[in-house]
Amino acid sequence: MDENVIAFEKNQPIETDIVIVGAGPVGLFAVFEAGLLGLNCHLIDNLDKVGGQCAELYPEKPIYDIPALPYCTGQGLVDELMKQADPFKPAFHLNQQADSLSKLEDGRWRLETSTGTVFHAPVIVIAAGAGSFVPRRPPLENIEEYEGSSILYAVRKMEALRDKKIVIAGGGDSALDWTLNLHPLASQVTLVHRRDQFRAAPDSVDKMRQLVANDEVDLQIGQIKELKGEGGQLEAIQIKSSDGELYEVPCDVLLPFFGLKMELGPIAEWGLNLDRDLITVDTEKFETSVPGIFAIGDINYYPGKLKLILSGFHEAALMAQQAFRYCRPDEKLVFRYTTSSTDLQKKLGVI
Amino acid sequence: MSYIVVVDREGQEHRLDALNGWRVMEIIRDHELPIKGECGGCCSCATCHVYVDEAWRDRIPKREDEEDEMLDEAFSVEDNSRLSCQILFSEDLEGLRVYLAPEGA
Ligand SMILES: Cc1cc2nc3c(=O)[nH]c(=O)nc-3n(C[C@H](O)[C@H](O)[C@H](O)COP(=O)(O)OP(=O)(O)OC[C@H]3O[C@@H](n4cnc5c(N)ncnc54)[C@H](O)[C@@H]3O)c2cc1C
Ligand code: FES
Repeated sequence: MDENVIAFEKNQPIETDIVIVGAGPVGLFAVFEAGLLGLNCHLIDNLDKVGGQCAELYPEKPIYDIPALPYCTGQGLVDELMKQADPFKPAFHLNQQADSLSKLEDGRWRLETSTGTVFHAPVIVIAAGAGSFVPRRPPLENIEEYEGSSILYAVRKMEALRDKKIVIAGGGDSALDWTLNLHPLASQVTLVHRRDQFRAAPDSVDKMRQLVANDEVDLQIGQIKELKGEGGQLEAIQIKSSDGELYEVPCDVLLPFFGLKMELGPIAEWGLNLDRDLITVDTEKFETSVPGIFAIGDINYYPGKLKLILSGFHEAALMAQQAFRYCRPDEKLVFRYTTSSTDLQKKLGVI
Repeated sequence: MSYIVVVDREGQEHRLDALNGWRVMEIIRDHELPIKGECGGCCSCATCHVYVDEAWRDRIPKREDEEDEMLDEAFSVEDNSRLSCQILFSEDLEGLRVYLAPEGA
């Protein structure tokens, strides 16, 4: 790549010290550790919120093994980590996936996200947990033929669904919210769920029940067994009721909402050494097989690894030391405590 | 040694050593059969879905509301569906037979 590459970027690149892929607890604490050393961070996450597994999978559940925090909830921990990172003004780029990584001529990295945000940075830290959260896909035959055209896991343009026969599957908030949002513009909305109980917000459930009572929404208790259609266009879905009866419902578009799963995604193509779906690192710097790229938290593997938040915090601190050397090659790093260093306390904004 | 029998998605039977107090998900995972158990047994991911053999259906404790709710995120749920992290192994379950359920695509 030539020197002018920056000028030709479609979008103005963001220049920073460290790009952190994943805003889970470990990515958030890495902001703090890097911040103490004077390094700035930008974080990318494909969720619409920070906090990774803690915020997405168990916000209300208790955690008992964070040092000096005898008890906190998943979300509570995330809130405190955000507070701790705040003095270092991390920038968050949510709802986008870290997609492609390449090297710039000056030795820094160029990282581009799924929405076209471009970063230039000397250090990449992968704190991607068990990978990106992506929608869970029903194990139905030939489902890939319809995905993107007739089967959507997220609604980007509501207008595209006008006058369609829509089937929504699931019993949580996404399924109920979209049932309520789409019924005024669709020609027909059918909600399919395996049992006549819904874990979505009670208010949405009440509204849905009202629409069903008024014949404005069709509720089917059962599970989808088969997709019927041709050339990527759904025509109907087959449902199996709880007593085993099979029947068809006409359908132009199916929206399945079965929660999220985690998969490594594009990071698998970045040329790093992997052990199954984990990135192998050394235990001194938590650097991957490629210099300047680190992996911390649940995503990494080394002998003795424990997938605990605690371990990720430790890894973040050691990673930051080496990251400093890449980001500030001409400066010397001194080891200091937050308790006694006025320099660190200034950075923290406490004096 | 106590044991359980797990039938994988290809129909292959596995006799697995089982320890008292372990979750059935943990026993299956420990023997490296393909079960994800993403949430480590917290009833938060539905990636440990199994079918319990009819002969055992009434011999294990019924599912709780939380488990039933989580099964909403699983596929091909049947009356004998269970989240295997919610079944605690004990000697009463010697010889328990379960089938791994299909995973999401
Ligand atoms: C139910 C449950 C209970 C738990 N209880 C405990 C406990 O008590 N104690 C404990 O120590 N641990 C516990 N854990 C484990 C703990 O939550 C994890 O160790 C921790 O979340 C790992 O943090 P992380 O930051 O490495 O990754 P994660 O929390 O997984 O966050 C990674 C983030 O990266 C994002 N991401 C990944 N790839 C990309 C990409 N390419 N582009 C953009 N974003 C991407 C993901 O969307 C995700 O938000 C529990 C886990 C679960 C599920
Ligand atoms: S392991 Fe997650 S629900 Fe059982």
